[in-house]
Amino acid sequence: MTGPKPPQPKPGQPEPGRPKRMHLAAHFPGVNNTTVWADPRSGSQIDFASFEHLARTAERGLFDFFFLAEGLRLREHKGRLHDLDVVGRPESLTVLHALAAVTGRLGLAATVNATFNEPYELARRFATLDHLSGGRAAWNVVTSSDAFTGENFRRGGYLDRADRYTRAAEFVAAARTLWDSWDPDGTPRPFAHHGRHFDIAGEFTLPRSPQGHPVVIQAGDSDEGREFAASSADVIFTRHGTLEAGRAFYADVKRRLATYGRSPDDLRIMPGVTVVLGDTSAEARERAEEIRWQQVSPQTALLTLEQIWGVDLSGYDPDGPLPEVDPVADPQLSQGRTRHGDSRATAEKWRALAQERGLSIRQTVIEASARQSFVGTPGEVAAELTEFVRRGAADGFILVPHLTPGGLDEFVDRVVPLLQERGAFRTAYEGDTLRSHLGLAEPVRKA
Amino acid sequence: MTSSHGRRRLHLAAALDRRSDHDAGAYVAAARLAERGALDFVTLHDGFARPGPDALAVLSRLAPLTRRVGLVPTVTTTHTEPFHVQAAVATLDWVSRGRAGWRIDVSTTEGEARLFGRRDAAPAEALWQEAGEVADVAARLWDSWEDDAEIRDAATGRFIDRDKLHHVDFTGSAFSVKGPSIVPRPPQGHPVRVVEATGRAARAVAARYADVALVRTALPARAAAARAELRAAAAAHGRDPDGLRVLAALDVDLGDGEYAADPGHGGGGPRTTPHGPLYRGGPVDLAELIVSWHRDGTVDGFHLTPVDPHRDLERLVNGTVSLLQHRGLFRTFYPGSTLRDHLGLARPANQYAVTQGAS
Repeated sequence: MTGPKPPQPKPGQPEPGRPKRMHLAAHFPGVNNTTVWADPRSGSQIDFASFEHLARTAERGLFDFFFLAEGLRLREHKGRLHDLDVVGRPESLTVLHALAAVTGRLGLAATVNATFNEPYELARRFATLDHLSGGRAAWNVVTSSDAFTGENFRRGGYLDRADRYTRAAEFVAAARTLWDSWDPDGTPRPFAHHGRHFDIAGEFTLPRSPQGHPVVIQAGDSDEGREFAASSADVIFTRHGTLEAGRAFYADVKRRLATYGRSPDDLRIMPGVTVVLGDTSAEARERAEEIRWQQVSPQTALLTLEQIWGVDLSGYDPDGPLPEVDPVADPQLSQGRTRHGDSRATAEKWRALAQERGLSIRQTVIEASARQSFVGTPGEVAAELTEFVRRGAADGFILVPHLTPGGLDEFVDRVVPLLQERGAFRTAYEGDTLRSHLGLAEPVRKA
Repeated sequence: MTSSHGRRRLHLAAALDRRSDHDAGAYVAAARLAERGALDFVTLHDGFARPGPDALAVLSRLAPLTRRVGLVPTVTTTHTEPFHVQAAVATLDWVSRGRAGWRIDVSTTEGEARLFGRRDAAPAEALWQEAGEVADVAARLWDSWEDDAEIRDAATGRFIDRDKLHHVDFTGSAFSVKGPSIVPRPPQGHPVRVVEATGRAARAVAARYADVALVRTALPARAAAARAELRAAAAAHGRDPDGLRVLAALDVDLGDGEYAADPGHGGGGPRTTPHGPLYRGGPVDLAELIVSWHRDGTVDGFHLTPVDPHRDLERLVNGTVSLLQHRGLFRTFYPGSTLRDHLGLARPANQYAVTQGAS
């Protein structure tokens, strides 16, 4: 052979002149008001048939993975159970095992809190999923520090914020030790992990799994979270749904990888996004507006305001003006939610918005809270998603539908073919494991 | 269903246990075979210090691939979180549409304690006391949602009627749980709780909380005595003794031919071995043994563990069970759809539902 061979693009890498291939995941609708349960098309949040429908849809669309969130304590508001959104869900890993029976290639991701589990048991449960699914398991590692959730667990209370991440990092390191503990020839070997949070030893019950290690996902935008992801995760689930915020986040996290001897390509950044489609742009915008009204019921509008104001506003008319009173800081009013930002500043901003545009409470909440990420015709949405990836705002997307279980049917039928035509998405699964879909290497076995 | 009818019906279950197999295929084939024989349920034993995959996970995998057979994994209450365990068992009930059970067990070894970084293993007495508390709080958490708690009332914007969800506020000797569960009440109300009640501490838990008690013995007199004791103790706890099924648990070696039972087996009866009670003989003699123990009221049925997971299950279903069916002594199809239906056990009333009155 003489002369240089033409460079072969690696799987998942763009050929010259072709857009970069994106990754897609399906998020089962959760327990916040993104999920519209009052729609007549809305099905059970609990029955296995709903999970099966969405998973089969995702696999039909050749998605990388299916994603389940977690709940460990039902949320409370004003000292009572929150009743306006979806409440309750089945336990994630058990659902994913059942889904492994009715899907063949789709990755299966479960969110499991490291704070309220032990490394040995959880490493075993994820290794089992990876074995039984033939290499399709992923673990979204989250941590919690709140005593409210702790009331359901032996551990009880409380870890301080910094400790959450050091414990989670040590938890994942211990799990990796267990996953690597057997000899390559399948002989069990003793393991030992002696750290600040865990001091464990013995023998693991399973050989190394088909992916080596299940894919590790990290969700959370804090500095500690980014650092943890850069050191140890395969995928980040972010909330940066806009192009500019996405690009800044993407650049920041990818820059951090070098510190840990990793390349920018070793970590996939996937924001959670919502999509609304229409036959015309105008129709899509109308549908998006309708969905926002469904998501923000009159009761939800008042509750959203109460979370910011920190006081009981049940006497206010959701179709009337915003309260004159100033917010008070009462973190006890709403329990079991992630909190964002400074409430006094938010209240000021919302009042100014309502004043300027003459909006009611409900209209203000609809106007001021998060809108859908991508709204348009299938062609427009396909173009915009491709642009996000091309401009370095994401490696792919975790799609969060507002309807259970049919919320991604239309995306798979109408947008995926257009992404494929553009060369921006796979036309067939090329491998069997989730790592192969994501274009990630098998982790190196530690001796 | 009358309780006397349920008590007289023969119940059969088989173990899917096999040596460290982490491929789903062998379990699927075995469970489908058991279902072809209309067995009440299959079990998969588990523990942290033994090779193999997580048992509850394996049986969840089987749920969409089977239609009627009950699925009963062992899940230990030692080193685990009661809240997670009850949620996983409830979810197995959801994904199997009402076919879940839970074999409650404890982890007594120092080796298991070290896997969790715990200095010393607690004594079995204390572990079984904790297991009883976990069995108790699990049922409370399953009941922490009333069956009709989800209302989806668009007019008031409410997804649930929060008066139908309940904090359980449980404080045990070693843990506490606030509740409610994260999982709505499972299809069976309470998935079926199974306890191997051979030892004294385990027997006390079984009498109080189990729907099915397993007794490992080769001696019919001992099985009958255990059953009588369990029923009396259940009654002392205010339970209807007919709400408890007692099954004899035997290992079965159906050999490689239609040979008669080993000499010394006392006419085909099982014998005591270092590994527990073992029946070795042909499928026909096993059917005779099952009929005679059941007819005498010694036990309500059998839980059988094949010594060779493939060969012995196949002979059990195609030999022993088909003979029992032919003689009209065992069901040929499943008249019900849930594991409680198979066992003739009623769906329990919800302990928090005031409108239902006293149970």
